[in-house]
Amino acid sequence: MVKTEKKCTCGGVAASDAENHARLAQVIQEYQNKPGALIPVLQIAQALFGYLPKDVLRTISEGLNEPYSRVFGVVTFYSFFSQVPRGKYVIRVCMGTACYVRGGQAVLTALEQELKISVGQTTPDRVFSLDVGRCFGACGLAPAVMVNDDVHQFVQPGQIKDILAQYRKPTA
Amino acid sequence: MKKTPKALATAADLDARRASINTETKDKIFMCAGGGCIASGAMAVKTALLAELKKHKLDKTVSIVETGCMGPCSGGPILLMGRDNVYYQHVAVADAGEIVEKHLLKGEIIERLTWKEGPKQKSVPVQSDIPFFKRQTKIVLRNCGIVDPNSLDDAIGRNGYQALSKLLTSMTPDAVIEEVKKSGLRGRGGAGFPTHIKWAAARQSPGAVKYVLCNADEGDPGAFMDRSVLEGDPHSVIEGMLIGGFAIGSSQGYVYVRAEYPLAVERLQRAIEMAREAGLLGQNILGSGYAFDLEIRKGSGAFVCGEETALMASIEGRRGEPRPRPPFPAQKGLWMKPTVLNNVETFANIPFIILNGGDAFASYGTAKSKGTKVFALAGAVNISGLVEVPVGTPLNDVVFDIAGGIKDGKSFKAAQIGGPSGGCIPAEYLNVHLDYESLNELGAIMGSGGLIVIDEDACMVDVARFFVDFVREESCGKCVPCREGTRRMLEILTRICNGQGEMADLERLSTLGTSIKSTSLCGLGQTAANPVLSTLRHFMDEYKAHILDKKCPAGKCTKLVTYDIDAEACVGCTACARRCPVACIAGVAKGIHVIDQKVCTRCGTCYDVCKFKAVRRNGKSK
Repeated sequence: MVKTEKKCTCGGVAASDAENHARLAQVIQEYQNKPGALIPVLQIAQALFGYLPKDVLRTISEGLNEPYSRVFGVVTFYSFFSQVPRGKYVIRVCMGTACYVRGGQAVLTALEQELKISVGQTTPDRVFSLDVGRCFGACGLAPAVMVNDDVHQFVQPGQIKDILAQYRKPTA
Repeated sequence: MKKTPKALATAADLDARRASINTETKDKIFMCAGGGCIASGAMAVKTALLAELKKHKLDKTVSIVETGCMGPCSGGPILLMGRDNVYYQHVAVADAGEIVEKHLLKGEIIERLTWKEGPKQKSVPVQSDIPFFKRQTKIVLRNCGIVDPNSLDDAIGRNGYQALSKLLTSMTPDAVIEEVKKSGLRGRGGAGFPTHIKWAAARQSPGAVKYVLCNADEGDPGAFMDRSVLEGDPHSVIEGMLIGGFAIGSSQGYVYVRAEYPLAVERLQRAIEMAREAGLLGQNILGSGYAFDLEIRKGSGAFVCGEETALMASIEGRRGEPRPRPPFPAQKGLWMKPTVLNNVETFANIPFIILNGGDAFASYGTAKSKGTKVFALAGAVNISGLVEVPVGTPLNDVVFDIAGGIKDGKSFKAAQIGGPSGGCIPAEYLNVHLDYESLNELGAIMGSGGLIVIDEDACMVDVARFFVDFVREESCGKCVPCREGTRRMLEILTRICNGQGEMADLERLSTLGTSIKSTSLCGLGQTAANPVLSTLRHFMDEYKAHILDKKCPAGKCTKLVTYDIDAEACVGCTACARRCPVACIAGVAKGIHVIDQKVCTRCGTCYDVCKFKAVRRNGKSK
């Protein structure tokens, strides 16, 4: 497993809400005249805020001159967009074919039991969110689990506690 | 710091640049930095190797090249020693010292890390001797595992952009299309539509603005070849798109990459920037007057966006819902302009075809399917990873000769090919030739090339249910047959898996499947029933066992499985009781253990961990 050096932008970040809104305004400005700007802007906004709250969608709708209904329609269509806050670490258990036939379901069950949440939910302390992934293209390493951008390979249910512990530690 | 080389203003500049590139590999260590190997810890190995090189004062002479996927992902991290082509796998940080001291300084081969072949695990140190590599033919993956994807010079040194230079100086768009026609190349994304027909149609469509799109929304679970090409050799895809743009008369392209592939996006983005800086993208490319530029658009997690009209809707910033065709994209595509859309692998083939001629490409393959195909091998095989073979290679050769057969000495039950749109091929058709027509006859499809090998432990009814659940979840909901039909099929399959099925359900599945196939709007729905129809056709026995005997032969469907402990075989080792996730196994050390059937979730952990064959599944021990 390898730690990515990218700065985490999801939850618990240093940037304040006001800073994020200022940055969003800038992004909207940049994209305003580009065709097909809505999805890239939503992607950036989600990276900034960690999720897409109503006021952010409203800002984007007005900034890009798109009806709110259309913005809402797009957000609810794509599974990567979330309107509720997500955990600091989003755990995605791959349920692609290779991972499924090599035991992905057992890994998912173990995670649900350990975190006491089901798929789509976030732990009360907002550290972990649990999701199901549809193939990360790491089929040679099945079953695979992604925690943010880190890929964990050949995961067995017994390893879940150790994997979670790496992220529970206060980050330096 | 290296000086930034000057932009390439003419074809002669490109030739000069190529001539100046040192392609000597003697002092290089090639390290696979594909997604799989990075997940296996390749970067830590690199750090350790660099430290060792420094310690032995070799850091000025020996360099480590981070390449894309070399193929055998399950063996990562992987090194290829440039001086003698020795291949090392499962390299750990602790091995770095030995590699430098023994291999580099003394020229000794470290046998422990070499490839092991056959039942006797014979060591095969040199890459070109290893059957996994020897039996492949690499056109698409010609540079993967050899070049550094972050180096434009590496690409140019391996004839990158040479095909572009050739057509800009000596070919007309019609000649380019003619060459692609001669090659017989068919779309590698799944449907296998002849590429030259799409190109010619888009060329003939009137309009000043046209688009070239690359479909990198590789959503089929079990397919990862497009990801590996983008991560390992992005310049070949860029060059393929440049050629496509020249052929149809377009100056703008988009690559639509799925959000699950951050590394592919990062490397492609860098490659685009490098190509732009060098003058290979932008205005007046190589002084020819041809202008073309590229942009990446990231998906947001919707499988249906792999369908061409849905993909275009998504680039336009809308919900990724397909629309009826005609009009075809070649007439009215992105923003209603003539558009060509091909997938990553198709584009990666193009530079080879232009440079070596369509006939060279057509010399591989079968009468109707030319060239090679990359397969992503995964599941119950000994070596999982990427392989490229001529179209028409028998399945048997791929699974047994290249991938080393089935894991843990188990037996081959089926190969699932083509993902949720494909089907399952049973053992009696292991000799099937992997080409479009032969696979269609068996109810499977070539698809994008995901090939998942299934052993005796998997239940085929459960596999069919898995795929139907997948398409139900990913159905965009626009047309009724797909939205409602997949849901009904899932209900029936779930019933069968729970032991509540009846024989009439099989008839229902077949009728429903056939209607969904013939009435859905897009490719997703039109192929959604394939996994069900193909398992009904080839694995009827398993469906009947679930319905008539209320048994799951593979022991996967938990409602149809019971576990108990054979009192005579149990030695009281406590292994099962300690591992049971719901603590339903009672017993003391050296005493007989008993499973509480009321609490048991039938996860099978006890069955797996018992070393004494005492735990029985459906009354049978391991």
